[in-house]
Amino acid sequence: MSFSGLLSQLLEIIIAIALAPLLTGWVNLWRAWLQNKSAPSIWLPYRLLHKLFNKESVIADNASTLFRAAPYVMFGCMTLATGIIPTLSTDLPLATAADAIALVGLFALARVFISLAAMDIGTAFGTMGARREMLVGFLAEPALLMVLFSASLISNSTSLTTIVDTLGHREFAIYPGLALAGVAFTMVSLAENARVPVDNPATHLELTMIHEALILEYSGRHLALIEWAISLKLFAYSCIGLALFFPWGVAQAQAPLDMLLALPVLVFKLAIGGFLLAVLETVSVKMRIFRVPEFLGTAFLLAVIGLLVHLLLVP
Amino acid sequence: MGHLPPLAQWLHLDWMLVIVAGWLVVSAAGVLVLHRFALVSRVLFPIGGLFSLAIFGVALDATLNAPEVAIMPIGLPGLPFHFRLDSLSAYFLMVLGAASAGISIFAAGYFRKGEGTPPGLLCLEYHVFLASMVGVLLADDAYSFMVMWETMALSSFFLVTANHRIPEVRRAGFLYIVMAHIGAIAVLLCFGVLQANTGDYTFANMRAQVLTPFWSSIGFLLAVLGFGAKAGVLPLHVWLPEAHPAAPSPVSALMSGVMLNSAIYGLLRVSFDLLHMRLWWWGGVLLAIGLATALFGVVFASVQTDMKRLLAYSSIENMGMLFVGMGLTLIFSAYDMKPMAALALTATLYHVASHSCFKSLLFLGTGSVLHATAERSLGKLGGLIRTMPWVGWLMLLGVLAAAGLPPLGGFVSEWLLLQSFLFTPGLPVPVLTMLIPVVAALIALVAALAGYTMVKFFGVIFLGQPREEKLAHAHDAGGLERAGMVWLALGCVALGLLPTQFIQLIDPVTQQLVASGLGARVGASGWLLAPTSLAQASYGPVIFLLGILASFALAYLLVRKFYHGRLRRSLPWACGFPWGSARMQDTAEGFGQPIRQIFEPFFLMQRELPSAFDEKPQYRVKVEDHFWRWVYEPITKLAAVLGRLFGLLQQGRISVYLLYSFVTLVVTLLVVMR
Repeated sequence: MSFSGLLSQLLEIIIAIALAPLLTGWVNLWRAWLQNKSAPSIWLPYRLLHKLFNKESVIADNASTLFRAAPYVMFGCMTLATGIIPTLSTDLPLATAADAIALVGLFALARVFISLAAMDIGTAFGTMGARREMLVGFLAEPALLMVLFSASLISNSTSLTTIVDTLGHREFAIYPGLALAGVAFTMVSLAENARVPVDNPATHLELTMIHEALILEYSGRHLALIEWAISLKLFAYSCIGLALFFPWGVAQAQAPLDMLLALPVLVFKLAIGGFLLAVLETVSVKMRIFRVPEFLGTAFLLAVIGLLVHLLLVP
Repeated sequence: MGHLPPLAQWLHLDWMLVIVAGWLVVSAAGVLVLHRFALVSRVLFPIGGLFSLAIFGVALDATLNAPEVAIMPIGLPGLPFHFRLDSLSAYFLMVLGAASAGISIFAAGYFRKGEGTPPGLLCLEYHVFLASMVGVLLADDAYSFMVMWETMALSSFFLVTANHRIPEVRRAGFLYIVMAHIGAIAVLLCFGVLQANTGDYTFANMRAQVLTPFWSSIGFLLAVLGFGAKAGVLPLHVWLPEAHPAAPSPVSALMSGVMLNSAIYGLLRVSFDLLHMRLWWWGGVLLAIGLATALFGVVFASVQTDMKRLLAYSSIENMGMLFVGMGLTLIFSAYDMKPMAALALTATLYHVASHSCFKSLLFLGTGSVLHATAERSLGKLGGLIRTMPWVGWLMLLGVLAAAGLPPLGGFVSEWLLLQSFLFTPGLPVPVLTMLIPVVAALIALVAALAGYTMVKFFGVIFLGQPREEKLAHAHDAGGLERAGMVWLALGCVALGLLPTQFIQLIDPVTQQLVASGLGARVGASGWLLAPTSLAQASYGPVIFLLGILASFALAYLLVRKFYHGRLRRSLPWACGFPWGSARMQDTAEGFGQPIRQIFEPFFLMQRELPSAFDEKPQYRVKVEDHFWRWVYEPITKLAAVLGRLFGLLQQGRISVYLLYSFVTLVVTLLVVMR
């Protein structure tokens, strides 16, 4: 483990933690503008976190330790996730500890913990949210895995750093399999980040919400950690998408100084990505919960077809 | 007995046989003190547990050793028992020892007075069951193998029917014994094929025989049928969700966590050791069966409302995964791709160990819940993590492992299996190359569904509000029960965190079966698990866990440093709805509803929905299995018809029977005269 590796690792995590709420604010800004509303400040997520951290945490009488630990576990998982996805550099010591499959496992771990925590109080909304979250999860997880496999087959590796190294520094070639995987990935990340058309982050209408129902019982610092973790998740998913489909500009192990350039490139790519997400959310409508399996089933099939197309075309 | 060698020269195999004899002594002692409850449970079961630990220790030491053989002149004259301890059996013995040690310690605190079978008899059956499983793993000829196999089936049958006063238990026991014998016949026929008309039923002779592809395939298919019936793969699975839950919980744990492994062992023994040739379509058969079984098992597990049945279906799922792993190994070794075959086989064997640990743990936990609440139905449990914290938190570890989540044991095997799927270039048959990613996709789906099922299992039992009044007084497990569960939970954690060290134990087995191993490559990369190369794939569970924990701790400390740690308890918020009661939580049916809807074709469902005018509205849903309706019911009907036809022969009058004898005699004479 080199010094520059350690440095890039730390820098990457700190930048992710610092920038993630900004990305959420940016998406919200554009969403409001596109929907012809006056937009909240882009810094609103930071203020919200500050406000929530200052408030005392009110929890139900019967909440167990699991309930109190889950926000920290979720935050820990998401921090680790941003640490292993190459955003600035591919020289990441942590990335050897978790490859693409472990990354999917990491997201699943966070999801299981937060779902269990939602069931802990025993309210109708909590269990409903847990059930729906797991429903989305069990369909989205294999689809995400298949998308990552498509990229793994190209680079012959499941290590995320190797994937980005290979994809970012090969000759420009169009992989039809990867295009299908890209569509599938977009659908999965909409579902996983509780976005329209699967869920609506702005809703608190009881019968339609998925993610908000899960965290209904949280307040104060616990809620702040969860909100932060959700921003980190959006950040992580955006970075996976950028790493797989637009991997240019990420610094390599031999060139630590490239990181100076990598940061503005990343911010630029994320800004475009956030804008596109807001557009997608504006032009689509929220669907009924039982259309979600069809939506995610389609994503799963597309990902598998992408994999097959790749195998057909590249012997 | 004067020529016994000194103890230092005893082989591992000798120690194994001594321990087996020890178990038999314990079981005999159980019969002598049939109704002395305290003696049986507090002395005999712990001694049995110590013997299990000894098996674990000896087997651990024996994995790296050369095969040892012994011939015991017991059994019929001229037919001695042959025993052999090689890496494969040592590995399975190690898993058996580790899992059964925890189960025996738990059982010592578990059995209560006055439940069906007297305690001494349970002790007899339990230890004979253990001894016979060791015997199956050590047997080196078909004769002793079948004797042990049948003893295993019979002793577990008596254990399943321990509460034989309940009609369902008797029915489950009957179904179990029937299926066990169908399997046993197939295994027997398989050995008949393998000995190739030489009349010598030792495994050494079978290894020496060279069979034609046709007879090899027949032998293999018979083995799949026989061992598949024991493992509960489709369509021979019907007995498993009946029999495993019917038994007392430690026995369920032993059956699901340990006995099922003997089926995997048998199939590995036949297809990789006794048979010489491996055809790729054998692997295809196993893949297809395994996938169907895994998907079926997990989908059914997620809609169950009885906690032990849910776990039994989850066992079916895991057996399916193991079949997929073996199928992949067969395909790779059919094309002589040794490193890939070793990878797939390592994944399979790893999963054997982790499944044993977490499934035993989960079944033991249901036993504690059952004792504390007298409820098996998920719909009447809830909130137990507050009254039973030990069981709750230990079960959480088991649940996370069963859901295949990092950094626990279940994830490592899943990770290895997916790795072996992913890097399958170079298979000469293009169809296979195309099919294998699809199989990987389905495996990923099964793993994700297992997560859903486990969240339901844990959430409904341990979280939320208690659904019944009496649950508020549920007591936590006793000391011995806790000790057994802690041991198994430690196993789950160790398997999750130390994969590189554990794979060193699997290495000799893969060397023996497919002539290649991961040991050297994995050992080179230290704490990181990198089965092929570091650039291709690596996984470091310890760093992974430390990463999460570090960020957990940092977040905790920083929040307290810059803000505060104030906390107030109050009523749940629930969107401001104040009348929430325990009845408003999701029931087990409710949690399974999305699965019932999405996978509707899998089920045979009968629903009774209340109408608006019902005086006493009732909701009832009955979920059944298509196989029972379309496969087993026709067979039972056919058996009944045949029985009636044979009944016509039996007139009950001696003159008619004399006539039969006379006709038989005449026909025989005619045949002989010609």
